[in-house]
Amino acid sequence: MEHIVIIGNGISGVTAARHIRKLSDKKITIVSDETDYFFSRTALMYIYMGHMKFEHTQPYENHFWKKNRIDLKKGRVKTVETASKTLHFENNETLLYDKLIIATGSKPNKFGWPGQDLKGAQGLYSKQDLDTLEEMAPDNKACQRAVIVGGGLIGIELAEMLNTRQIPVTFLVRETSFWNGVLPKGESEMINRHIKSHHIDLRLGTNLKAIKDDGSGRVKSVIIEETGEEIPCTVVGLTAGVTPNIDFLKPSNIEIDKGVLVNRNLETNIKDIYAIGDCAQQREAIGQRRTIEAVWYTGRMMGEVLAQTICGNTMNYNPGHWFNSAKFLDIEYQTYGWVYSEKNKPDYEHHFHWKHDDDTKCITIAFHKDTNAFLGINTFGIRMKHEVFDRWLTEKRDVDYVINHLREANFDPEFFKRFEKDILENYRNTLQNA
Amino acid sequence: MSSKIDQNLSLANSKQLSTKQKLASGVGILGLFILVLALFNVNFPSRSITLTIALGLIATGAIWFANNAYLSKSKGIKNDGVWFKSISSRGLVGWITGIALTSFYIVLYFKPVWLGMGIDGASNTGLIALFDPLSKLLSGNPASQWFVYGTLYTLAILIFGYKFLLKYRHNKYEQLRTGSVMFFQLAFAFLIPEFMARLNSDTFSLPYYDLKNIWPLNYYNFEQYRVDNLISAGDVGLGLLIFGLVSIFVITPILTYKYGKRWYCSWVCGCGGLAETAGDSFRQLSDKSTFAWKVERWVVHSVLVFVVLMTTAVVYSYLGDDSSKYWLTKNVFLYSVAGLLTVVFAGVMLFKHKELGKDAKLGAIGYFAIIIALIAMHQFGMRLFYFEAETLRSSYGFLIGSIFSGVIGTGFYPIFGNRVWCRFGCPMAAILGFQQRLFSKFRITTNGGQCISCGNCSTYCEMGIDVRAYAQKGENIVRSSCVGCGVCSAVCPRGVLKLENDSMEGRINPTSILLGNDVDLMDLLNQK
Repeated sequence: MEHIVIIGNGISGVTAARHIRKLSDKKITIVSDETDYFFSRTALMYIYMGHMKFEHTQPYENHFWKKNRIDLKKGRVKTVETASKTLHFENNETLLYDKLIIATGSKPNKFGWPGQDLKGAQGLYSKQDLDTLEEMAPDNKACQRAVIVGGGLIGIELAEMLNTRQIPVTFLVRETSFWNGVLPKGESEMINRHIKSHHIDLRLGTNLKAIKDDGSGRVKSVIIEETGEEIPCTVVGLTAGVTPNIDFLKPSNIEIDKGVLVNRNLETNIKDIYAIGDCAQQREAIGQRRTIEAVWYTGRMMGEVLAQTICGNTMNYNPGHWFNSAKFLDIEYQTYGWVYSEKNKPDYEHHFHWKHDDDTKCITIAFHKDTNAFLGINTFGIRMKHEVFDRWLTEKRDVDYVINHLREANFDPEFFKRFEKDILENYRNTLQNA
Repeated sequence: MSSKIDQNLSLANSKQLSTKQKLASGVGILGLFILVLALFNVNFPSRSITLTIALGLIATGAIWFANNAYLSKSKGIKNDGVWFKSISSRGLVGWITGIALTSFYIVLYFKPVWLGMGIDGASNTGLIALFDPLSKLLSGNPASQWFVYGTLYTLAILIFGYKFLLKYRHNKYEQLRTGSVMFFQLAFAFLIPEFMARLNSDTFSLPYYDLKNIWPLNYYNFEQYRVDNLISAGDVGLGLLIFGLVSIFVITPILTYKYGKRWYCSWVCGCGGLAETAGDSFRQLSDKSTFAWKVERWVVHSVLVFVVLMTTAVVYSYLGDDSSKYWLTKNVFLYSVAGLLTVVFAGVMLFKHKELGKDAKLGAIGYFAIIIALIAMHQFGMRLFYFEAETLRSSYGFLIGSIFSGVIGTGFYPIFGNRVWCRFGCPMAAILGFQQRLFSKFRITTNGGQCISCGNCSTYCEMGIDVRAYAQKGENIVRSSCVGCGVCSAVCPRGVLKLENDSMEGRINPTSILLGNDVDLMDLLNQK
């Protein structure tokens, strides 16, 4: 029986395993060093915040794996020997595979800051990161201040987490406004205000110079690049993005760049070895997508596709329209299609922006200035339907159509206040003034 | 693990209560303490003033606590520290609260004398006497243990309802729903029955009747004393009797078809009302395992069968044999029940058998066979019901009415979660759920590919539904047990879940892949 070995029990590897099992009787082994069972990485923050316990982050009951004949092996792979199709583990065990799926995810970026490896300086990606944070920042006595470096999605989650334990947070953001490499100005600035309203010390346009040692190998303070200011703290959150977790592949003959290079079938340069999820890097970008996508659902989709290929129905990874979501403290964010920030916006892209007076809801609709074609929408504080925008993007609707039919796309709970009229009125006024 | 211990011992960290919250709890506990003193027959100068002060302190403490806990924070989901607090994570405080509540229920049901209930016309003493002034004010009668319980129950729904309103002040659905249960408890369960008692005289008498408490939840609704009482009370009484029948056979099916069982379970019902307000802090304690789901299905439907048999036997026992005196005789009644059950059973088996799981089919066939066999046995002269009506009635009252719904259902909130009774025991929920699963416009829809499997929805589902299991497949949630509280949708950080009433078509949509991937692959995987 063909033996499929998957390194990594995150969403990508587990999805691949589940779908391979649905389609075949192959022997499946998932290797992981992180946890015994699959858990939802996106929920780690809720454990620290006390919303959930670790067991609640596990989408399948523990008996699921045995029932579906998916073997789980705990261990860390040291090297992959492709010629003999052998995995070598750090404890010197070995495992033979017929087909290998690399789904090892990411690790937090570290940009060579002095002191970045001190105790107390950490990212927030793995279960181990969470355990470290619990140890270093159990409360505001043990951790009287934390500094977060990097204004992205994980940075703001970490700020929210620490905030729930009343640990004062200084949030260093390199950009002049929060996440404005991705978000248009109006949205980014609204989030700036929202962060500050939660008593988080947001420092925009600020870089980390160094992390200082207290003499015992622990974090004592950080130094700000621009001002030289020293901020005493015991925890430094390094949240300036993630990078594929593939160092163990460097000695092998599997071709890597930042990530494991794969073609559209998610195959590496070596036969019978595949890579999916955060650690995979497309040789050529698919549409406007990045070559490495560290997003929950893309990992899942790659797993779904690869299962087909492995079970004999060779298939391209061909994702649909871009979408994503996040939550900034109390404000939910969803995006469908492409809306670029001022920094990255192509010339043809114009925006219609509407913001509610309460400063917690806004939308930005991107459209082509010549054709009026609808390109994408960002929505904050109003839930919208994925299915509807996906359809409108496929149907190539124009911006007028989208704004006039916005009601169909609403996904807020029953009885919620609706804003379509207000948005439409605003849109008409904007057009008249333009 | 050492860090875990530190957390629990450290006094000044965020997982503990703030100073104001501690003071507020103190004020509330002081109010409760006055009630305890009354229990031990301490003589207060004025009972009405003492009672006002006691209830006032409890309400003030709760309101102060809620204001401090929520108004100082921004609007939004605030479940911070739920699993760190002893009360809400089966810690010591949780167990103590559970044991205290359970003991209270046991005394309430089985030893009201200990609460000061006056027996055989003797005047009340202790705690119950303390409530005499309020009872006399409302109904003109002295208090009973049920009046004391009803007052505290209503107070709990009101003060914890207030807390819930603050906690979900960003969410209109939660606010309206909570306002609704607070209203129905105060007006229908508490005030109206007391005022109705005022109408009673030597010539006119209505039984205690909470109009929204529908059979079979109100399992004693058609017992002889009540029916006699209603019939002898003329048009009003007859109206109430008819309303009781219409409630379950007409109003309930229509509303459940349109809105799902939530119209009752999380908008109207008193048990649901307490669970959603006072029980809200315990919703995360429900068991989400597939094993618990299996137990739930067998137990709740067994209770339904039990209550149907019991009620049939009881009504049968007081009906006459002579059709010339009254058309509804023992035989007519028995055949009607058998006929109704056969119609429901045959209808479901004919039109909905595809939607039933294997165990549901087995269960339905088994229970149907048992009921029909019992009725047949009766007809062949074994007169089974006749001898056992009273036994059935008293065992149902003891096992289900008292032990299950009260002692376990509410007493164990801090251990098993706030909907144990509604999920495992309530026969009304079983009927509504049966209809919701098979014949209702209600469902919870999921939002394309946005689910990140975080599990907030499942964690905070008080009915123990593994909501995430559906959401991460992009499948609508159509479950008998869902009471439509809307909390899964509220706690979702990605805007994935929405409670909706829409057409029956495509309501149940088993899928194995979410929107977002290759359209051809989606077609391939989702074709069934």
